[in-house]
Amino acid sequence: MSMFQIFHVSGSAVSAQSQRLNVVASNLANADTVAGPDGQAYKARQVVFQTQLLGAGNDSGNAGVRVSNISEDQTPGRRVHDPKHPQADADGYVTYSNVNPVEEMVNMISASRSYQNNIEVMGTAKSLLLKTLQLGQS
Amino acid sequence: MLNRLTDTLNFQTQALTLRSERQRLLASNIANADTPGYQARDIDFARALREATGEVGTPGAMAATQRGHIAPLAGARGESGKQYALQSQTSLDGNGVDMDRERASFADNAVKYEATLRFISGSVRTTLDAMKSHNQG
Repeated sequence: MSMFQIFHVSGSAVSAQSQRLNVVASNLANADTVAGPDGQAYKARQVVFQTQLLGAGNDSGNAGVRVSNISEDQTPGRRVHDPKHPQADADGYVTYSNVNPVEEMVNMISASRSYQNNIEVMGTAKSLLLKTLQLGQS
Repeated sequence: MLNRLTDTLNFQTQALTLRSERQRLLASNIANADTPGYQARDIDFARALREATGEVGTPGAMAATQRGHIAPLAGARGESGKQYALQSQTSLDGNGVDMDRERASFADNAVKYEATLRFISGSVRTTLDAMKSHNQG
C-alpha cells in the first residue's frame, strides 16, 4: 500500500523543516552577541537540505528530505566602534555576530510555510486512507 | 460470468493504485520544495492506466516467468517513464518544484482518488443488489 509511504516522506520533510526553524531560532537569539575573548563572534548557521530516497524496489519513487549539513556563514561580523565596551579590542572596536535578522525572519516564514504544507499533505493522506478503510461499508 | 463481475472492479482497482502512486509522488515533490537541485516529477496518468489495463503495451516491461523473478515497474510508472515538470519560474538553487502547481495537482488527485473509491463501492453495491432475491426487500 503505497499511500502509507506519504507519512514517511512528509514526516521527514516536517522534521527537516523543524530543524531549520531551530537553527533560525538560535541565529536570532544570538543576533546581538559579541565576540568572546578569542575574538570569534557567533556565526550564522544555515541548514542544507538533501533528497533522501526512502524505500526500495517498486517504492523507490519516495523522495524524503534530510538535513545533510549545517554550514556556518563565514562573512566577517559587524564591527562597531565602542571603546568603553568591555569586549572592545585594542582599536576600540567590538565585533558582533554576522546574523542578518531580516534574512532570518524570511527564512523562518519560508520554513513555517513548508512545515504547514507538509502537515496538510499528511492530513489529506490520512483522510484518504481512512475512507479507503471504509470501502464497501454501506 | 464471474469475470464480467470482476472486470469493472479490476479497472477501478488499477486506477486506485495509480492514484495512490501519484499521490505519493506529489507528496515527495511538496516535501522537497526547499531541496536544492530537486526536480519535480509526475506520472502521465492516462498512459499509465492504459498500460496497466493492457490497452497498450508497456515499454520496458520484464516478464516474471518464475517465482522469485523481480518485475520492476515499467512504462509510465517506471523510474524512466516519469516526467519532469518544466519550471515556470527558475530558481537559483536549481529547485524545480512549483508549489502552486503541486498543491493543485495534489488536491485534484485526492478528489479523483475519492471518486474512484465511490465508483468501487457503487459497483460493489450494484453487484450485491443484483444478488439479492426479490423477496428480501
